[in-house]
Order: sequence, then C-alpha cells, then structure tokens
Amino acid sequence: MAVSGKVLLQAEEIRRALLRIAHEIVEHNRGAADIVLVGIQARGAPLARRLAASIEALEGVAVPVGRLDITLYRDDLDREHFRPNVRETQIPVDLARKHVVLVDDVLYTGRTIRAAMDAVMDYGRPRTIQLAVLIDRGHRELPIRADYVGKNVPTARREVIELHVSEIDGADEVFLLPASQEQA
Amino acid sequence: MPLDRKDLLDLDDFSSDEIMLLLETTSAMAEILSRPIRRVPTLRGKTIVNMFYEASTRTRSSFELAAKNLSADLVNVSASQSSVEKGESLVDTMRTLLALGADMIVMRHWEAGAPYLAATQVQASVINAGDGWHAHPSQALLDLYTVQKRIGRIEGIKLAIVGDILHSRVARSNIWGFGKLGAHVTLCGPPTLLPPAVLDAYETLPNLTLSYDLDEALQDADAVMMLRLQRERMAGGLLPSLREYSARFGLNRERMGRAKANALIMHPGPMNQGVEITPELAYSVQSVIEEQVAHGVAVRMAIFYLLAGTAERLA
Repeated sequence: MAVSGKVLLQAEEIRRALLRIAHEIVEHNRGAADIVLVGIQARGAPLARRLAASIEALEGVAVPVGRLDITLYRDDLDREHFRPNVRETQIPVDLARKHVVLVDDVLYTGRTIRAAMDAVMDYGRPRTIQLAVLIDRGHRELPIRADYVGKNVPTARREVIELHVSEIDGADEVFLLPASQEQA
Repeated sequence: MPLDRKDLLDLDDFSSDEIMLLLETTSAMAEILSRPIRRVPTLRGKTIVNMFYEASTRTRSSFELAAKNLSADLVNVSASQSSVEKGESLVDTMRTLLALGADMIVMRHWEAGAPYLAATQVQASVINAGDGWHAHPSQALLDLYTVQKRIGRIEGIKLAIVGDILHSRVARSNIWGFGKLGAHVTLCGPPTLLPPAVLDAYETLPNLTLSYDLDEALQDADAVMMLRLQRERMAGGLLPSLREYSARFGLNRERMGRAKANALIMHPGPMNQGVEITPELAYSVQSVIEEQVAHGVAVRMAIFYLLAGTAERLA
C-alpha cells in the first residue's frame, strides 16, 4: 500500500519501544506470573504476540496471548463507523484473577478501550486491567489513560495515524497522514 | 463491505459476497455462544418484534434467543392472540408495531409475499421467518453455515434436496443459497411434489438438476437434505400412501451408502421419523440435525447485527 505521509516511527524504533514496554510490564507486575496479554483486533493482536515473545525472553515465562474484537461492544452502531466485519475473538485462558494487559496500536478517543474493558469483563473478573499502546495521540473523550506508551504524539484531530505491521502489511512503520484518509 | 439493505426477505437477490459476509459474521457470533456469558451489548435499546401468523417452535425461539444475546428487547406477538383475530389488516398491524417503537420485525406468515408487503409499509427492518411455500432465508443461511463448517466449503459440493419440493420454502431458499455459492444441487421427489416447472424460477443457476430416483440423486452426494413430508398432502391426492412414499423416497442406511462416506444428513425439522428418514440415520454420527438448530441462533444474531448497522443509514 502506498502511503504518503510523515514517518513517525521506523521498524527499529517500534522494536525498541515494544521491548521497553515489555520491561515495564514485567517491572510493574513484579514478574510475569498471572499476566495475560490481549491484543485488540486488528493491529493490537500482532503487537501482543511480540510483547509476549519479549517477556518470555526476559523472564523465561510463556505468557498467554489472546485477541479481542470489540466491534460488538462499540457505542456507534448506527453511525457511519459501522463495521460489518466482526473479526475473531480468542481468549485462551480464564481471565478471573489475572492481570490483563490490553494491547492496541493507537490510543485516541478511548472509546475502543472502554469497549474492550466491557468485553474483558464478560470473560471473568480480572484482578487488574492495564493498557499498553504503541502511540498515544491525545484527544481523549473518556477518562482513560495508558499504563505503557511507546510514543506520545501530539496530533490534530484531522490527522490520521496509521500503523503498519509486518504480519499484516508487510513492513513495520508508523505514519502520520495529513488529512482524513481513513475513519478513526 | 456492509450489507446495504433494510430487509432480509429471501436470498434470491443476494450476491455471493453478501451471503459470505453473513456466514463470516455468523462465525463471530458462534464464538459468543461459547463464552461463559453469552451476551454482548450490541443492540441495547433496540426493539425487535417476533410477529408469527403461523405456529413455530424452533424458528421463533431461535430468533428470540438471538435478539436477547445481542441485548435487544424482544416482544413476541402471535396472530392467534392479537388484534389479527379481530380482523386487523396486515398493514395496520405493521404500523401499530412501528408506532410502538419496533426497530425490526421478524415475520412468519402463511401467505407467500406477506413480508414483502410489510417491508414496503414500515421503516423497520423486516426479516422473513418463512412465508407460505415461498422462502425461509434464515433457515437456508443456517444450512449453508452448517455445511461450510463441516465440509469447509460450499463451492463444488454435491447437495441432494429430497422430498416435497413443491410446498417447501426451505428448499426454495436453499436452492438460491447453495446455487449462488456454486454447489451442485439435485432436487429429488415424486413428480407430483416436484413438477419440472419448479426449475423455471432458477434459470440463472447453472448447476441445478432434477431427479425422480433417490438412488441416483444420492450418488456421490456430500450432503443430503431431507424435507418434512406433510401428512395433508395425502388428502390432496398427491401421494398414494405414506408407505409408498417412504419406500421410494425415505432415507435409510442402505441408500445412504451411495452418498460419499462421511456425507452429512440434514433436516430442517420437525421430522417424521420412519417416513422421510429412519430414526437410526436421524441420530447417526453423519446427522447434523441438532447442529443445524444450534447454528440457527448464531445465524440470526448475524442477521440482526448486519441489518441494524444499515437500517438507519438507509433511512
């Protein structure tokens, strides 16, 4: 896909940011026990798998990884944002009493995370829910913040941030696009 | 690609992409049914009315469970206990339901075409849950999903639909669904219940054939769909006797041997065991009859979800 925009993060920077986040998750939770990483579809899912691989390399513990599609929990069903394609949700373990780390690419209004928290609660009562994002671009509409942030990027609302990951798009890159080319 | 339509009336005007979108969405809904809490908030605040002019157990409760799993409010109305008994017209009943705040109306009617009339009268989405001999699209979708899940594809499979084709809305919608996705469909039954003119409506489907010999229809089939034989057909003089029908068109172990080794046995229910199918086969490992019922809930959740997402945009 040809994208004309400013490159915010290159592959190497993405790798370092994820590695730092992996360290922070382990530090904050005093180890990797009882951690479950849950990637929000679509691009949070590969990021969660990469974080799990890093944590395993650091701690020697295989952390369970799930993926979550929050489409059915959105609050804008009737609006133009309607997404017909419901992607796969797969939660491999019971989330009760676990530390669930939600993983997403970009934190923006916070509505996706609100929906994801509702979805996670339906799988059990976790001890904590934490949030890791590669990019925090501001403009929150709900009282939500991330526990782990790859990079803070001040943006205008009209701008669009697009993450490409090699698992889906063939290469790792984060772009800042000037005008609205894709819906948030 | 969203589903850009207000209503689900039949599959005859659906593209294969639209049918595939429904099947993919069904798969996502099936995951919800496997969770400890089988409920998502998607349709919170929406009102769905089940308007049944004809008796039904599985279809009606399946739509009801689907609505509740998506957190919609559901009202059941049966014609026999409503103002329909007092002579209220279909159009007036629809307008009343709309005035009460119905966002979607699930309708079963003994008259072919009734849901089409209803759909022109109200802004709410109308979902055809069976109209006369004409169509039963949600049943066809759950049959497609069952085959897709078991065999892995629809395209190129050989499906035999056996029994009273003439009076079967299940068969009609399935001919469209399986035909559009590229299956080879063979219709089989006695000539009185399968006049050649049945094919006239399906000229656009290339792989549809007709057979009056069950053994021939079953040859190398991947799936066999048996239809319910309604006993009132005997009174109409269309069949000499149940025994003769059963001998020529009933499915038994020996005949099933002509189909492929693990061919699926399907039935939309309710079954006449010992007439169109032996109990032995109905409960065999090849039978997916209970899976069909279970998948019905997920299919109807997918229908509600996709129609809810488009209804207001089209208004």
